[in-house]
Amino acid sequence: MKNLLGIPVSKGISIGFARLYIKRKIEVNDLKDSIPFDEKREVLEKALKKTKEEIELTYENLKKSNPKEAEIFEAHLLILEDPALKEKIDGYLKSGYNLPYAVKSAFDEFIEALKNLQSEYMKERAQDLYGILDSLLRNILNIPRIDLSNLPSQSIVVAEDLTPSDTASLDRKNVLGFVTEKGGPTSHTAILAEALGIPAVVGVKELFENISDGDELIIDGTLGFVLVNPTDETKNHYINLKKEKEEEEKLLKEKAKEFAYTKSGKRIEVVANIGSPKDVDNALVMGAEGVGLYRTEFLFLDRDTPPTEEEQFEAYKIVAERFKPHPVIIRTLDIGGDKQIPYLNFEHELNPFLGVRAIRLCLKEIELFKTQLRAILRASVYGNILIMYPMIAIKDEIIEVNKILSEVKEELRGKNIPFDENIKVGIMVEIPSAALNAEELVDYVDFFSIGTNDLTQYTFASDRTNENLSYLYRPLDKPILKLIKLTVDASHTKGKWTGVCGELAGDPQAIPILVNLGVDELSMSPSKIPEAKKIIRSM
Amino acid sequence: MLTKTFTVKNKVGLHARPAAVLVQTASKFKSDIKIEKDGRVVSAKSILGVLSLGAEKGSTIIVTVDGVDEVDALKTIEELVNNNFGDPE
Repeated sequence: MKNLLGIPVSKGISIGFARLYIKRKIEVNDLKDSIPFDEKREVLEKALKKTKEEIELTYENLKKSNPKEAEIFEAHLLILEDPALKEKIDGYLKSGYNLPYAVKSAFDEFIEALKNLQSEYMKERAQDLYGILDSLLRNILNIPRIDLSNLPSQSIVVAEDLTPSDTASLDRKNVLGFVTEKGGPTSHTAILAEALGIPAVVGVKELFENISDGDELIIDGTLGFVLVNPTDETKNHYINLKKEKEEEEKLLKEKAKEFAYTKSGKRIEVVANIGSPKDVDNALVMGAEGVGLYRTEFLFLDRDTPPTEEEQFEAYKIVAERFKPHPVIIRTLDIGGDKQIPYLNFEHELNPFLGVRAIRLCLKEIELFKTQLRAILRASVYGNILIMYPMIAIKDEIIEVNKILSEVKEELRGKNIPFDENIKVGIMVEIPSAALNAEELVDYVDFFSIGTNDLTQYTFASDRTNENLSYLYRPLDKPILKLIKLTVDASHTKGKWTGVCGELAGDPQAIPILVNLGVDELSMSPSKIPEAKKIIRSM
Repeated sequence: MLTKTFTVKNKVGLHARPAAVLVQTASKFKSDIKIEKDGRVVSAKSILGVLSLGAEKGSTIIVTVDGVDEVDALKTIEELVNNNFGDPE
């Protein structure tokens, strides 16, 4: 029995058999051959066609679930049809080189050209070209594609790393876990495993030296280790442990479907933080009674142009429909400063965290903001949507955004486009000035939601991304609790409510404190909901 | 043969989607369409060629069209560039 250590990225225990996923490196020599040009050309056309079909399949599979990722493959198709690429290949063929070498050399020329360009985007495209070249060469040389779509049952995929196209074809039914040599907590493998809810360990060194195809494996995605060919005793221990944990989780999840009341009978609304419609299923399974924070910035990041109104409308509508009649709080665009996006020309700022972020940015980019408000309003007839503005510091900002909202409403009325006339509006309280002045701000909103991470950062004047200042991340210290209390009391005096949507809301230690301060709603990542409800019921 | 000089005005330059849109449009015409930037000439029908120009916002590009439908082709490309390749800005 061997014990390998790695980084835990998706929790749980899996017991299964190793399926080694090794990509063979394709060797190409630079020899000339005597095969006629036309024959080589014919082989090339066939390989191009086959590669296109493979990419089309991936594209179709991905289009429904991940339209953004699918776009990458659309660009790949265009590359395979590129006349300049074919011209270069033909040039090498006419000089008598063998087909694989001609293809590789033509690609290399473009890869070099793209690599020499400054932008990160171009460097990534160069990376894409390696992938396309690899598929094309495989099809020219008739090397079969390693098949992740047809795995035997109880498979644990063992790989150097998994790329988006590897995982697009993955047979999800028979895969119990992932182990990879590369990758960290934000790697593609980690994200996919979390989304599928299967255990994964990444960053395991000397993986292929220690695991052979078919070996029995136990992986622990909570602690981050892999046991290879365990003894019967160890295996039985883990089978029991797995069973216990699953039962515990099942019970917790079942209970999570019901509302959570404290022993004194106060209901605390437990809702989810989500980033896209893809998160809805998991949130519902975990017992979310709505969405307390829908982070819309993910729609805007990693792309070259802002999302259209239609695109946003769809993303908001789906979530509203799925949670109906429960509330879905949509936070308007919260970016700027430290998060760069190419289509917004941010000015360089000395203090990005104190700069043009969130609502401050929206008040400068009015058209971008109005498009988002229009999309939210249009979606509001499909469920129970609330709007939340991030980073409000003073009353005048709320007055200003509410004015813009009225203008957008007026515009929709003029066009006879329906929306929820009584849509509720709230703000995030994450700057001390907002908390300290909550009694005045409350007159302009329907609710407050406290963002504990930023509130802590701004109260202690300490950048929360600065590792040297981690000792100042003190969200449960007196100053923060005072600010929370001020906010809660101000809202209750006017018959309104206050939630918490920061990290603290899902923290088992913090939940009793927040509830005792009078907080009405807790919004957290879905996986934390069952435990949070258990804690609320116990107090 | 027709030639015209343009300035790339959209924020991301001739990357990704704008480049793809340009290539797809150019490919609809029979004429030979070339783009020149800083002395480098590529075919407007080649996505790899267009990408490798690295035409950022503010770049000057020279478009040369030669063929039976050259008038139409240049007009269409001109509209596309002035429309920022369909980008909002």
